[in-house]
Amino acid sequence: MIGVHQRFTPLQRLLHWLMAVCILAMLFIGVGMVSTTMPKYLPLVVIHKSLGIAILVLALIRLAVRLRYGAPALPADLPEPMKLAAHLSHYALYALMIGMPLLGWAMLSAAAYPVVVFGGLWLPAFLPQSDSLHTWLWDAHFYLAFAFFALVLVHVAAALFHGLIRRDGVFETMASVSVSTQDELVPAE
Amino acid sequence: MLKPHRFLLGSLTLIAIVIGAGAAAFAYTAGWFSPERLTPGRLVAALAPPTGPALGHRRNHAKGICFTGVFEANGAGSELSRAQVFARGQYPVLGRFNLGTPDPNAPDATVRIRGLGVSISTPDGQEWRSAMVDPPVFPVSTPQGFYELLLASASKDPNAMKNFAAAHPEFAPFGDWAKNAPWTGSYAEDRFNSLNSFVFVDNSGAGHVVRWSLLPAAQPVPISPDDLAKRGPDFLEQEIAQRVASAPQRWTMVVTIANPGDSTADPSKAWPGDRRTVEIGTLVAQKIEAERDGPCRDINFDPTVLPTGIQVSDDPFPAARSAAYARSYDLRTAEAKDYPRTATGTKP
Repeated sequence: MIGVHQRFTPLQRLLHWLMAVCILAMLFIGVGMVSTTMPKYLPLVVIHKSLGIAILVLALIRLAVRLRYGAPALPADLPEPMKLAAHLSHYALYALMIGMPLLGWAMLSAAAYPVVVFGGLWLPAFLPQSDSLHTWLWDAHFYLAFAFFALVLVHVAAALFHGLIRRDGVFETMASVSVSTQDELVPAE
Repeated sequence: MLKPHRFLLGSLTLIAIVIGAGAAAFAYTAGWFSPERLTPGRLVAALAPPTGPALGHRRNHAKGICFTGVFEANGAGSELSRAQVFARGQYPVLGRFNLGTPDPNAPDATVRIRGLGVSISTPDGQEWRSAMVDPPVFPVSTPQGFYELLLASASKDPNAMKNFAAAHPEFAPFGDWAKNAPWTGSYAEDRFNSLNSFVFVDNSGAGHVVRWSLLPAAQPVPISPDDLAKRGPDFLEQEIAQRVASAPQRWTMVVTIANPGDSTADPSKAWPGDRRTVEIGTLVAQKIEAERDGPCRDINFDPTVLPTGIQVSDDPFPAARSAAYARSYDLRTAEAKDYPRTATGTKP
């Protein structure tokens, strides 16, 4: 199995955990901000926009790194439906990580709102104002946010399933803090 | 050693707890367990008349007319804020004269509050949006108070407003204005006030808490609501269209600077009359444009769209207004098919 990594590369693990924090924060800020009229509404919106652009950039870097370094193979004895679910859910996660910030930015463009991020960077509008476009984009951004959160929960459940029940090493491909990409077998307790 | 099936059960329980807690925290954050939370949706719903909202229209200040023009900055504002809009020059304006009503067909003489929304664009690509009204003070101190005012106004209980006024003594100055202040027969004769305070940040980084007003160049001519009613239900739109067609109409923008200790967080409290003011420029309405399919119809005059050099203050209203205006915008753009798209359209 020369050349096949037992774990994700340290860069991939770093990106994964950094983005995990960002995305969870993003989803909670998103549902929180649209349900409040308190003064915190404004800073939450500002953070939501800036964090969204940060996630977009990180996701594109992560996609490039993934295409370059690949991923550890799934256990050979994992049932085919689970393998399929694992692959499809990861395509969906990448699509959402890249798609959600673009949908949000597009939605604001279609509403003729300025998009100001990182305390004063005015992003260009890339769509004309349009009621129908805005409505479509708003719906997509809103409903996909809940789908995204559901997918994150399924992802966490699957990771724990691998780590606690199957104990097949899949959890450790991402959870390990080791800087090595090769499996360093630890004596069993 | 645990038996394998006991261990499996424990693991499954742990997974269920993690996922369940995550979902519950999310639902709590979204407000699903908090029916008392003042959400943008509840605030906007409370604005609707008993017959329901006018679909496709702004949920408040639904009646109005667009205009285009310029803001002529005289440069005096640059002392207070580094925003480009205060540097001497002319900047294009998209604006809207409006009436504070959720009914787009309300007769003019039935609406006490008039408003002016503006969006001023500058060459640096930034924008300053402001939505002002003609009363000198806001009716209440907090967004929660505003929500209670809406509930009281809509209530069938004959004592609702009396009880509200008793619970909100800050309402008195506004109530006095609404009852006793003279009406005018023209948007061009009205003074419009930001009411909310904002912070102007100057080149040194120092902040100045301010409110601003647009003072009409035209001399106000008082008119009774009865006489205004006799001129027709849409007189104000017709009048401003004719008036601007004959000559551009002007308002002087005056910034009032708070002294330390002034009530910057409470728009129901006027600041003492001796506060320092600076005239920073002139708003010029040059061309009236139709509301229907006009350039301002699809603009949300969100008062928190601010250029670098203007920030929100400790006043809680701009945040609440931004949240509610966004909700109104999301609703009405989704209802675009219900909006009378042509100038000949009538009631939706």
